[in-house]
Amino acid sequence: MSRAGSGSLPRYILQRVLLVIPMIWVILTLVFFILRVAPGDPVSAALGGKISPQALEQRRQALGFNRPLIAQYWDYLSSVAHLDFGTTFSDNQPVLRVITDNGGATLYLTVAAFVLALVVGIPLGLIAGRYRDSAPDVVFRLFGILTYAAPVFFVGFLLQFYVAEPLGLPTSGDASPITIFEVPTKTHILLVDALLSGNGAAVQDVLKHLVLPATTLGLLICGVFIRLVRVNMLQTMQADYVEAAEARGLTAGKVTWRHGFRNALVPVITVVGLQFALLLSGAILTEETFNWPGIGQKLLYYINNRDYGAVQGIVTFFALAVVLISLLIDIVNALIDPRVRY
Amino acid sequence: MSIDLTDEVVGFSAQEPVISARDVRVWYGTTKGAIRAVDGVSFDLAPGETLGLVGESGCGKSTLGRGLMGLLPEGAKRDGEVLFRGRDIFSLSPKAAYQLRGRELGMIFQEPLTRLNPLMRISQHFEETIKQHEPDLSKDEIRNRALEVLRLMGIPPTRYRSYPHEFSGGMRQRLMIALTLVLRPAFVVADEPTTALDVLVEAQIVQILNDLRRNFQTSLLLITHNVGIVAEACDRVAVMYAGRIVEQGSVADVFKNPQHPYTRELLRSTISLTTTGLNYIPGAPPDLIDPPDGCRFHPRCPDAMNVCAAKDPVNIARPGGGRVECWLVGPEEEIPSAGRQALEQEELTVVDEA
Repeated sequence: MSRAGSGSLPRYILQRVLLVIPMIWVILTLVFFILRVAPGDPVSAALGGKISPQALEQRRQALGFNRPLIAQYWDYLSSVAHLDFGTTFSDNQPVLRVITDNGGATLYLTVAAFVLALVVGIPLGLIAGRYRDSAPDVVFRLFGILTYAAPVFFVGFLLQFYVAEPLGLPTSGDASPITIFEVPTKTHILLVDALLSGNGAAVQDVLKHLVLPATTLGLLICGVFIRLVRVNMLQTMQADYVEAAEARGLTAGKVTWRHGFRNALVPVITVVGLQFALLLSGAILTEETFNWPGIGQKLLYYINNRDYGAVQGIVTFFALAVVLISLLIDIVNALIDPRVRY
Repeated sequence: MSIDLTDEVVGFSAQEPVISARDVRVWYGTTKGAIRAVDGVSFDLAPGETLGLVGESGCGKSTLGRGLMGLLPEGAKRDGEVLFRGRDIFSLSPKAAYQLRGRELGMIFQEPLTRLNPLMRISQHFEETIKQHEPDLSKDEIRNRALEVLRLMGIPPTRYRSYPHEFSGGMRQRLMIALTLVLRPAFVVADEPTTALDVLVEAQIVQILNDLRRNFQTSLLLITHNVGIVAEACDRVAVMYAGRIVEQGSVADVFKNPQHPYTRELLRSTISLTTTGLNYIPGAPPDLIDPPDGCRFHPRCPDAMNVCAAKDPVNIARPGGGRVECWLVGPEEEIPSAGRQALEQEELTVVDEA
């Protein structure tokens, strides 16, 4: 198989990976300075009035807030490079611990929601786009607008109120106490731990707890997907190469599948990556609504306690996650579309 | 305006025609009414013969080509009879129409740059096309068939697995032609195949189309607005105006002795080395939702007579062979008295033309 002229995929990936470094640097710098625009310093903001001035001064010195800004900035950058995201002020824990302890719950919630949105949103969007102005198109479009426009907590509330009871689904937390007690913690991702333990009842319990939060969060981005896929499908079916394929006598099904669906999904992938940011902010609201012990709920707690150390660490982590996801999307795009590799 | 033509009057070849179109009509539905883009077109095409279809933009050339292929957009309707080897392709079941398309009826398009799927290799285009019509062929046989046609088009076998964006415009048009020819269709519609290409590539493509009938006995409907290409590549020419073929006949005869004023003016408007001034036909093609009464060209015709605005012209045999629709040619007996007087034309103002 000749790859001559097809563009070099490894080289493209290397380029993208190298570009991530300046991107991360910009984000870190922004996070650092935005949090320091507030008057005073994080320690006095968090603990001022709660402890004696001497103790406050001690904490400030210990955390280095009396040093020049540029030195603090350098410290921050180098500690992030060592995957040290700092310490929380209010409960004095390494931020990385907070993230590993709570991130797992957020991870499998968002992944479940994302999969749900893809599985529902893409087929509905494709059908709506292929059969424009038909009854399914109108219904799916309406569904898409409603799910996107409805606030997360409202959808969550509706599900808790009308769906949870008849189906016997739990409305709070990620598992019953017995499951948490029985399943040994290995990966900090409860679903994976439950699967590893081979405890069928525990897996079932975790999945039951997952249904409503994942549906709530999934519906939010599902609406975006439906509209996005529909528009792209409409445009692609009018493309010149689709007509040319018809002229070669390909059946309508093959034209729709090979030339329509596949090509319509290329621009969707890029935007899907951008939706990941929406997913994270939606996760914060979903976790609050369903009392889900994830990083989003933790972030809300630290914001309410003005714990800038924790907020800085968690936001940094979120930003890194978004950057890595967009890198992943770029690579997937290059695998599908040969033109990107140039 | 219905006409009843028998095959011997229209056909030029002694051979059985591959395509025989009778009174073909195509409408586009719009909110303002139906656009009669093609309004009663008849022609015959013998095996290996090339018919050039010329006319201004918007006269219905491309619509006719697409109508024959069955590639009309939603909301368009077609009517009439098109016999392909004796079968009426307008009344086929959708399944039979699919089987015919590609295998017997091919189409080459105007914009080669956007006609290939950017995500698929050239090899995949060939594979899906051949597999659709000949599912029993092995992968090797498909490859050999494809490489053979590509060689004829001057594309080296090393490029077989490349992607469309790795080719130039001229190469992509040759790829499109190869993709159309790999199934050996008996009839090919080429819709302005050289319009998007530069002159050198244009000459190359015209040469390839010329070779077609020799190599494959393909009948070609060559849609173009370039009269020069018709002179070079076609046996016969049909001149289209406002949805109708106003004159058709052998290229040599029609170009030498145009019978219809529109043909004459169109030929005069062609730019060549000896051209000193630019000639154009004042006015614009008529509104096809509500075309003018009588001859559709009469508002722009320098030779218009009273009868032209009143009665539809009759489709009659040209003096030099072929057909023409113009009262200047006749038939005499149907022109009413005083019908021969020159028509008082409304002055065409610059505003009208805009």
